Amino acid sequence: MTAAGARAARDEAAAGSAAPPETPALEVHDLTKTYRLGEQTITAVGGVTFTVAPGEFVALVGPSGSGKTSLLAMLAGLLRPTEGTVRIAGQPVADLNDRALTRFRRRMIGFTFQSNNLLPYLTVLENVLLMLSLNGRTTPAARTWALELLEQLGLGDRLDNLPSQLSGGQQQRVSIARALIHRPAVVLADEPTASLDTERAHQVVETFASLIHEERRAGIMVTHDLRMVRYVDRVVQMRDGMLERIVDDPTDVAKLAEGAP
Amino acid sequence: MLVRLPGCPGLEVALSVRLAVTLSIKEMVRNAPRFASISAVIALITVLILFLAGLGEGLALGNRQFLERIDGDLLVYQETADLQIAASQFDGSVLASIRRVDGVADLGALAFSSTVVEPLDAAGSDGAEDGAQADGALGGERVALIGVEPGRPGAPPVREGRTFTSLDANEAIFGARAALFTGAEVGDVVTVRSTQGAVDERYDLRVVGIANGQQYQISASILTPLVTFERVRPKADAAVDPRRLLFDVVAVRAADGVPPATLKERLEREVRGVEAVDLVTAYTNVPGYTAQESTVNTQTFFTLIIGVLVVGGFFQIQTLQKVPQIGMLRAIGASGGLIAWATVLQIVFTNLVGVALGALGTAGLAASFPPQVPIEFRPTNVGTAIAGLLIIGPAGGLVALRAALRVEPLTALGLGK
Repeated sequence: MTAAGARAARDEAAAGSAAPPETPALEVHDLTKTYRLGEQTITAVGGVTFTVAPGEFVALVGPSGSGKTSLLAMLAGLLRPTEGTVRIAGQPVADLNDRALTRFRRRMIGFTFQSNNLLPYLTVLENVLLMLSLNGRTTPAARTWALELLEQLGLGDRLDNLPSQLSGGQQQRVSIARALIHRPAVVLADEPTASLDTERAHQVVETFASLIHEERRAGIMVTHDLRMVRYVDRVVQMRDGMLERIVDDPTDVAKLAEGAP
Repeated sequence: MLVRLPGCPGLEVALSVRLAVTLSIKEMVRNAPRFASISAVIALITVLILFLAGLGEGLALGNRQFLERIDGDLLVYQETADLQIAASQFDGSVLASIRRVDGVADLGALAFSSTVVEPLDAAGSDGAEDGAQADGALGGERVALIGVEPGRPGAPPVREGRTFTSLDANEAIFGARAALFTGAEVGDVVTVRSTQGAVDERYDLRVVGIANGQQYQISASILTPLVTFERVRPKADAAVDPRRLLFDVVAVRAADGVPPATLKERLEREVRGVEAVDLVTAYTNVPGYTAQESTVNTQTFFTLIIGVLVVGGFFQIQTLQKVPQIGMLRAIGASGGLIAWATVLQIVFTNLVGVALGALGTAGLAASFPPQVPIEFRPTNVGTAIAGLLIIGPAGGLVALRAALRVEPLTALGLGK
């Protein structure tokens, strides 16, 4: 499914078509994070509300200090919100204790990070299979799926390479495979193109977007690079910890650039 | 969606352990030089500690072996000697006094000195005493010379040959090390050299037996009957008065059912001017024994501490280098248990390899050492040292483990800004 296709599907659902409304993969309601700094209360994220449907790819943009990293950390269950709720596949994340949250993360969330994505002593295939091992699902079928996914990402001939033998773009693609291999409800990506040149950045995000759509996962990507938003379905723009706006037509980069750093 | 893992904690722990083993092994195999280097360091520490333990035991044994093996319960000293054998001196009259004490089953006079056993090929073997040594080209093996009463406590059982025929026979029993160093065998006639007055005298003694280790004051020893001892030992006056035989201490064996502590009280109460102690107290009062023991033990202790710090430092640095990886693992849902298991397994395995290499290296080196080096490997002290070494890895790694478990994924991944 293309980005436009996903938008159409969402619009159709929003317009109240005959199909029953799908449970959002991610629901964020009035999410707030404040910190105490001496006598001062600092609001990192204030009252953010939005939803992401399965198969939808959303970019989280905003200048430095706008709260997008804190928001991502709360979506990932790595940071407890001060107020508000995050639901992933209907499950309120805040209700889980640390142990359950760890288990929930490994089953329901896929991650890619800016760097330090892969274990340097595992091969490409082993890094991807790690998520399945963590979930106790190293079945032959799952292994076949891992091989297919890596093939799809253009890494079929790199299965036995160590991360140090790959380019930055290839490493990011491995981490995308690892983020998707266990079929999580939500895939979170923190600046996945930060260390890539323009060409590789486009390749990586385009592949990422197409897999999100094909696999019908909800994808959230934090990015500074507004050129990458062309691959997403919606853009959540943050400023000073607040949700400034949600842009439904990300091709209008100029409109977004107005709020860019 | 894939099938969910059943919510069984046991299954999850087993899964964590299995995955931790896999991750640990893969990391060690693929970073072999790094882990080999720390194993090599642990191996060297192991060699050092085992040698210290062996040396400590060898030196301690060299001091206490004869006293420890006395077939008796108590050693009786002159009261004013302050438990120093060299300062204690008795004549024969004390033996009768001790024998009269109720509860004494047997006793034997013991006298200590030193002599030189000349090389076998240089020895005169006519069985007669030689005159003074004319030239200064003196060779030979210095040994402890111990006078004993044949068949009495203190006279050792022999592993080869026989014991003495009389109190004044020109016979000697060699301790195992003395036999090893001199090459003496049962039936050989050896020459011992002692200073009498201002001249060196030589005496021929027939080796009638070889006993198991009988070291005393870090020396190999030879044993002679008491009268022979008195004649052969170095002294200011070569003349011997056989009617007034002198010796240092008396070994006493308690009668069946008489506790040594009770006998000690009786001896000190009923025999004037004596102090009786058990054999352990006796050898711990050998000059230098306790100081030497505590020196070697302190060295071993500090080497172990250094080992803990080195191993701990290595794993601490490694953990710090892996903070982003650990953070990533935590973020993607790896449990604290998995991280802990992986860390502990690596520490234990690296340590185990190091200790095994070190033990093999020690065995190889020890085999190449000359017998004069007082190294003694006893199963108990080697076992204790190895147990200590096996503990230092995990002990040193505790800090690393704590650091690994405290990694905050948020901070490690730069999301906690």
